[in-house]
Amino acid sequence: MGYSLDFGWLAGAAGVIARGAAMTLLLIAVTTLAGTFLSILGAAGKRNGPKPLQLAIGIYVEVMRNTPFLVQLFFIFFGLPSLGVRLDPILAAILAMTLNMAAYTIEIVGAGLDAVPRGQSEAALALGLRPRQVFIKIVLPQALKVIYPALTSQIVIMMLESAVVSQIAVRELTYEADMLQARTFRAFETYFVVTMVYLGLSMGLRRLLVGGGRRVLGAGVS
Amino acid sequence: MIEFTFWDIVRNLLLAARWTVLLSLAAFVGGALVGLAVLFFRIAKNKWVKRIASAYIALFQGTPLLMQLFLMFFGLPMLGLRIEPWTAAALGLTFFASAYLAEIWRGGVDALPRGQWDAGASLGLHHLQELRLVVLPQAFAITRAPTVGFLVQLIKSTALTSIIGFEELVRTSNAINNATFEPFKVYGLVALIFFVMCFPLTQYARRLEQRAGAR
Repeated sequence: MGYSLDFGWLAGAAGVIARGAAMTLLLIAVTTLAGTFLSILGAAGKRNGPKPLQLAIGIYVEVMRNTPFLVQLFFIFFGLPSLGVRLDPILAAILAMTLNMAAYTIEIVGAGLDAVPRGQSEAALALGLRPRQVFIKIVLPQALKVIYPALTSQIVIMMLESAVVSQIAVRELTYEADMLQARTFRAFETYFVVTMVYLGLSMGLRRLLVGGGRRVLGAGVS
Repeated sequence: MIEFTFWDIVRNLLLAARWTVLLSLAAFVGGALVGLAVLFFRIAKNKWVKRIASAYIALFQGTPLLMQLFLMFFGLPMLGLRIEPWTAAALGLTFFASAYLAEIWRGGVDALPRGQWDAGASLGLHHLQELRLVVLPQAFAITRAPTVGFLVQLIKSTALTSIIGFEELVRTSNAINNATFEPFKVYGLVALIFFVMCFPLTQYARRLEQRAGAR
């Protein structure tokens, strides 16, 4: 018995796929901003904060890095309501993605902060800048430049991992694919097309981030 | 209705965790074998062979694992193969792992000085012998830390096979949760079991990394 591929359904499904892709991009955009911000706070806190805070951040990083994202997502979406925190799926997805990404990027940002020579902050302090100014204006920009490639990879990985949030009914690309294949009975073709869309998104996102990084952070960012 | 005590939940989760371990091992061993083949292509002399291997790696690293699993689950039956969740999960994760492992090991091969190949050639070894006796042992040795690190990632990735219906830890926990309505406890325990499996490996990878850095 032969099986012939059929892509006839594709013309009518382009809009749905585009809408799903837009949702995926929205999720990763919010996650990137929130996750990077959180990881700057986390990395700074892990280096200069009080001892209990350092310990707490260390535990947080280890727990997130050694458990699957899917379980974290279920814990947040299904588990938290029993503590009285009820989140809508999109919010739960963004929260889970942000917390997951921050655990990885705290280490990355931390490595960047360590890579900035001590003399930089000493010189800035000697010029009369306040410690907060030193961190924001002198140390952080240099650190971000060093870690930018690693950060880019982490953002792309997180985008691919976001396929999982379809499991709590967030209407992103994978969720739309699930719905489409249930309607067209063309499971393989549907997932094949959507996989290619993901491939395009990840390549495009990488290119965008590298190009944008060059513009904002200056030359020498690869 | 059956009542689940705390220990019933723990016992069922631990029984299911066996499948998570088994799947991780199968995917790691399978991934290492296929990955070795991809590595050979990736460092071949022929430009086209190299390009095909690069495309293979880019394809698996540029698409979600969940999609790869779906394609495996729905695609293989079209080739006339009878497929069950276990086969789709093991095959999907094997190919996924092969792309990552090939890329990690290629980093190791690239890091070796050119002189290692030249020395092998001057001893009269041909290409395959050079690889087997000189290059690969060293490449594996210097990439041991990222390889163990990837094993952690692979163990966590097995959670996704619950979505295509493989009865591992997460799928079992979903079923238990549906019976007990205690998601906080159930998913907390699942996270704990994963943590117990992954954390020692993470620490081991970190130690390997420090040792490599000290050398």
